[in-house]
Amino acid sequence: MPERRVDGGAVAPARPAGVWHLLDPKWRIARARVTSVGETQRARALVLAFIGSGFFAIAFAVAERVLTYFKGAEDIGSVLAGKVLSMLLLAFSSILLLSNVVGALSTTFLARDLDQIASAPVSDRALYGARLVETGVHANWMVVLLLLPLLSAYGVVYQGGPSFVGFAVLVFAPFFALPTVVGALLTLVLANVFPARRTRDFLSVVVVLAIAALAVMFRMARPEQLVKPEGFENFMDFVAAIDTPTAPWLPSEWAADAIMAYLRGGMVQGALLKLWGTAATLVAVGYLAHRVLWARGFSAAQEGTSKHSGVHERPFVDRLFAFLPSQRRELVVKELKVFARDTTQWSQLILLFVLLVVYVANIRYLPLSGEGMTALLRQLVPFLNLAIAGFVLASIAARFVFPSVSLEGRALWLLRSSPLAMRDLLWAKFWVGAVPLFVLAIVLVLFTNVLLDVSTFVQIVSTTAIAALVFPLTAMALSFGAFYPQYDAENAAQIPTSFGGLLFMLSAIGLIAAVAWGTGRPAARWVFADHFGWQFDNARLLLPFAAVATLCALCTFLPLRLAQRKLEALERG
Amino acid sequence: MIEISALTKRYGAFTAVDSLDLVVPAGELFGFLGPNGAGKTTTMRMISGILRPTAGSVRIAGADLLADPMAAKRSLGFIPDRPFIYEKLTGMEFMRFAAGLYGAKGAAVDRRAEEFLALFDLEPWRNELVESYSHGMRQKLIIASAFVHEPDVIVVDEPMVGLDPKSSRTLKELFRRYCDDGHTVMMSTHTLEIAEGMCDRIGIMQRGKLVACGTMPELRGAHDGDHLEDIFLRLTGETIERSVAEVLRA
Repeated sequence: MPERRVDGGAVAPARPAGVWHLLDPKWRIARARVTSVGETQRARALVLAFIGSGFFAIAFAVAERVLTYFKGAEDIGSVLAGKVLSMLLLAFSSILLLSNVVGALSTTFLARDLDQIASAPVSDRALYGARLVETGVHANWMVVLLLLPLLSAYGVVYQGGPSFVGFAVLVFAPFFALPTVVGALLTLVLANVFPARRTRDFLSVVVVLAIAALAVMFRMARPEQLVKPEGFENFMDFVAAIDTPTAPWLPSEWAADAIMAYLRGGMVQGALLKLWGTAATLVAVGYLAHRVLWARGFSAAQEGTSKHSGVHERPFVDRLFAFLPSQRRELVVKELKVFARDTTQWSQLILLFVLLVVYVANIRYLPLSGEGMTALLRQLVPFLNLAIAGFVLASIAARFVFPSVSLEGRALWLLRSSPLAMRDLLWAKFWVGAVPLFVLAIVLVLFTNVLLDVSTFVQIVSTTAIAALVFPLTAMALSFGAFYPQYDAENAAQIPTSFGGLLFMLSAIGLIAAVAWGTGRPAARWVFADHFGWQFDNARLLLPFAAVATLCALCTFLPLRLAQRKLEALERG
Repeated sequence: MIEISALTKRYGAFTAVDSLDLVVPAGELFGFLGPNGAGKTTTMRMISGILRPTAGSVRIAGADLLADPMAAKRSLGFIPDRPFIYEKLTGMEFMRFAAGLYGAKGAAVDRRAEEFLALFDLEPWRNELVESYSHGMRQKLIIASAFVHEPDVIVVDEPMVGLDPKSSRTLKELFRRYCDDGHTVMMSTHTLEIAEGMCDRIGIMQRGKLVACGTMPELRGAHDGDHLEDIFLRLTGETIERSVAEVLRA
C-alpha cells in the first residue's frame, strides 16, 4: 500500500477517501443540528413532534378502519387491500422518482462542497456511493414517514406480527433504492445534455407537470368507483377490475405483491428477487454511467452560470406601474420581475393550477343530485366550499407570500441601507401578493358556486366572505414570514415548511374557520327561513357580518404593523 | 511542478482561456495576475480538476490531470476564491475531513492540523462550529486545510481577501518557506504589491492569453516600467484617469 508521510515523522495510509468519509460531515452536521439547539428550537421540535404524532395516529386510524372494512369482505377483501397498496405505491414511486431526480441534481452537480471534492483524489465509486446515499435520504424520507402508518395498519389488521417489520424493511430497502438509482442515472444523462443550472429549472417544470398529470389522471379516473360495485355490470366485472395488476412491470406492484403474499402466507421469493435483482443491476449500471459521465456533466454545470439570459431593458411591467412614486414602483416592479424570472416559481404556479383543476373537478363530481340531497343542503355546501377555498388560499399565501421577506435574504442590506420606509416595503409586498390572490379567490368561488347552482344571496355572501379573507391571509403570511425569516434558504419552496410556516397555517385555519362560521351560520338561518317561509329579520345578519369584517380588518392591519416593527428593529440591529 | 500546455476553455463562442502554455517549476512561487474576467479563475479551476478544458493538458507533479486525475490531484492543494465550508462542522472536524479526502488520517494529521490552526491563531476556536467563525477565520481555516495533507503543489485563488495584517504576513511567510522547501505555489491576486514583493515569477493574463511572464527584472526590462502596477496597467490597457473623470462628469 502506498504511504504518505505527514509532519512529525508519523505515517498515515494514503488510501483514497471512501463512501463513509464523504458521508461523515453530513452525519456530523445532522448530529450538530440536533445537539446544538437552544430552548426555543427544542420547544419547536416538541410542537412538530406532537403534530407529527397526531398525523401518524390519524393516518393509522383511517387506514386501519378501511383495511378492517376490506377484510370483512371475505372473497375480495385482501385483493382490494393489495390493489389499494399497489396504487398507493405507484403514486409514491412517481413522486419518489421525481424528487430523486431533483435531489440528485443538487447533490451530484450543484452542491457547494463539490469544488473541494472534485479537486481531491476522490474515487468515482466513493463519490457515486456517497451521493446516492445522500440523495436517497433527502428525497425519500418524507415518503417513508407517510408510508409508516399505512404499513403499520396493514401489519396490525392482517396480523403480520413482529417479523413483519423486518420483512417490510427487506421489501422497502430496494423499493426506495430504485427511484434513487434511476433518478441519479437520469440526472447524469440530463446534466450532460443541458447545463445543470438550467436543467434544475427545466426539471422543476417537468416534475410539476408529471405530478400534475398524475393528480389529474387519478382524479379523473375516480378510484372511488372501486369501492362502489354498483357502478359495474356485474360482480365478476368488479372483481376482474380490481384483480388486474395496476402495473405488473413496476417495483410498486412487486412490493405490494410481496407484502400481501407475506400477510396471506403466500410465496414471497419471486417478488423479492425482482426487487433486489433490479436494484443491484441498476446500481451497477448507474456506477458505470457515473464513471463515464460525471466529470463532463459537473464541468458543464460550472459553465451554466456564465450564460446570459438576454432580458429586455424596459419590459412592459415597468411602464405598467409608471404611475406609482419611484420608490414604490421600484419595489413592486422588483417583486414581479424576481418572481417572473425564477422558474422554480413557475413550476409552483403550474402545480397550483393543477390543484385548482382537481379541486374544481371534485366540486363537479360531488354527488349533489343523488338520494338524500335536497336543494336546501345544496345551498349550504358553498360555506364548506368557502372554508376549503380559504384553506387553498392560505396554502398559496404560505407558498408565495410567507417566503417574501426571507427571499430578500442577502440583498436586505440594500433595502436597509437605503432611505426606504419598511412600511413601503411591506405594503408593496402585500399588494403584490393580495391582488393575484383576490382575483383567484373570486374566480374560484364564483365558478364553483355556479357549478353548485346556489342562490344569489348565498353567492353574494360566500363571494364577499372569500374576498374579505384574502387580505388578512396575505397580511398574516407576510407578518409570520417577517417574524420567522430564513434569510439563508437556497430554495423558496423550503421556507414555508419551517416552524413559522406551520404557525401561519394554524393561525390561518383558525381565521378561516371563524369567517366560515361567522358568515355560514347566519346565512344558513336566512336560507332555512327563506325555504320554509319563516319570518327572518335581516338586521340579524348585520352583527355577525360586522364582526367578521372587523376580524378581517384587524387581522390585516395588526400583523402588518407588527411586521413593520419587526423589520424596523432589524434595521436598528 | 505544474505544466500547462495549449490549455483552452471555450464557453460557446467566448474563449475564456486561449491556448495557454505555462510551466511553474518546483520551488517557485508564481504570481498569476490579470484584470477581472481575464481567465485566471477559469485557469485555476481547470488546474484543480473542477473544469474540463476544451483543449490542452495539465500535469501536476508529472501526472496528467485528464489521463490520471487521482494521481494528479493527490499532489494538489486547492484554495478557491469562494470556498465552501460546512457550517455545522467544527474547525478541527473540517481539517480532518479535508485531510481524509487525500487519504491522510490519524494522530499525525491531528497534530499537523493543530499546528496549522495555531499558526493562524485558530487554536482556541478548533472545537467551535464554523458558523461562528468570521469571514477571515474561515479563509484561514480553508488555507490551513489545504496544507494538512502536504501537497506538492498549492493552487490558490485570491488568498489575502479578508485576512488581518498578521495573518497576511504569516501566509506570505508560509508560502515563501513552502516553496523554499521544494514545493510549488501558484497564486492569483489583485494586490500588485504582494505579487511584486513575494513572487519569484509573475504572469499577467489578459483576455484569456498570457501577455507577460517573467521575474520582476525581466518584466521591467521587457515592458518599460519600474513598478508592477505601471507594467500591469500598460499591458491590460487600463485608462483609469480618463474613465473616472468622464464618469464623474456624466
